[in-house]
Amino acid sequence: MLPSRFEYHRAETLDEALSLLATYGEDAKVLAGGQSLIPMMKLRFAYPGHLVDVNRVPGLDGIEERDGALRIGALVRHHALETSELIRSRYPTIAAAAPQIADPLVRNLGTIGGSIAHADPAGDLASVMLALGATVVLRSSGGSRELPLREFLVDTFTTQIRPDEMLTEIVVPAAEPSSGGTYLKQERKVGDWATVGVAVALTLRDGRIARAGIGLTSVGLTNLEATEAEEALAGAEPTDEAFAEAARLAAAAAHPVSDVRGSAEYKRHVVDVYVRRGLARAREMAAA
Amino acid sequence: MEITVTVNGAPRTADVEPRMLLVHLIRETFGLTGTHIGCDTTSCGACTVLLDGVPVKSCTLFGVQADGRSITTVEGLASGGELHPIQAAFKEHHGLQCGYCTPGMMLVGAALIERNPAPSEEEVRFAISGNICRCTGYMNIVKAIQAAAASKAGAGADEPAA
Repeated sequence: MLPSRFEYHRAETLDEALSLLATYGEDAKVLAGGQSLIPMMKLRFAYPGHLVDVNRVPGLDGIEERDGALRIGALVRHHALETSELIRSRYPTIAAAAPQIADPLVRNLGTIGGSIAHADPAGDLASVMLALGATVVLRSSGGSRELPLREFLVDTFTTQIRPDEMLTEIVVPAAEPSSGGTYLKQERKVGDWATVGVAVALTLRDGRIARAGIGLTSVGLTNLEATEAEEALAGAEPTDEAFAEAARLAAAAAHPVSDVRGSAEYKRHVVDVYVRRGLARAREMAAA
Repeated sequence: MEITVTVNGAPRTADVEPRMLLVHLIRETFGLTGTHIGCDTTSCGACTVLLDGVPVKSCTLFGVQADGRSITTVEGLASGGELHPIQAAFKEHHGLQCGYCTPGMMLVGAALIERNPAPSEEEVRFAISGNICRCTGYMNIVKAIQAAAASKAGAGADEPAA
């Protein structure tokens, strides 16, 4: 399948990429890993007139903790997340999700910035980043701004990003002591979109829950943050009863549709089970 | 757009339309038809090639993105008339039935044993999980990749110390 014709621009610097986006606006798309964009172009769901290839732009592939935050460059490939020692040792929710994204070959190219900017509610990383309370950095020739991810995501394939902006970084509050988390995903086979995915992050302090984050995949128009469930957990003791109540609230917040992967009722049930299971696992890790 | 790609060790230059997919560049422009097209939707892995040594699906990359980079296709595995250990092992262990997925499976296997000299069965299965064998001949594919790792390690052990 051939995409429709486009003009190809290879940006060598971030400034060059941003200037190209400023010039071509709505008619331009950023090409990073291309693992969602190229299939959509081949199917002619997307037909940008200009592609701005940012794969060789330096400085966008860092994974580092700085000033109380984990900063992940937009060009970080899923495989780099999967194999990062920092992620593995301190960010279990990300570490659990990374090897479950798509398949190993797609993970060699696909990027975190692309996954989040693409805003497919079946994407795994946006749920993880919602659970972790992440923000995204958007840059344009005119400057930069930082938005909480929950505000950035507007609708399926729709975000707050302006045509002249590029998502350059994901910022996650640095891991706290006594924390745990995981990502549970049901898929029919490797590489399929999630039937349901649940990201959980939990921090305990003095025997109570200091913070709980829950992100849901494939059960709404965007990745969803189960805010009512999070609020019910905050300050509570981390008991099975509290987790069951949070799971009930998260399942109620989910809006799955019936499709070839399962009925809405079934998917809501999986949310309930995975939230309970994920919180229990996170509690074990936080206590360890 | 004029691009230069190192294909199986040799630089090749071509004038291509930006929308030409890497798999078409390899098959049609360079005439290397060992790279197969299966699903054409990033699912099956038949079109797997190594980009700077890393396995990727060449149906989901534009040819222009390979400019200045290095590609290895199945044709580049053997050297000097000698089969690559992965090819010898696929032959020995009957790691193929219809052969359609084989180039992709061998390239993923070759990349795996490059960074993991003794992969477990689970590690092999994880590595090939983006490649589909529609004959479902996975058992011998896994066996062949593990055997290739063992034979490569054995060959290395025989080499005199530098």
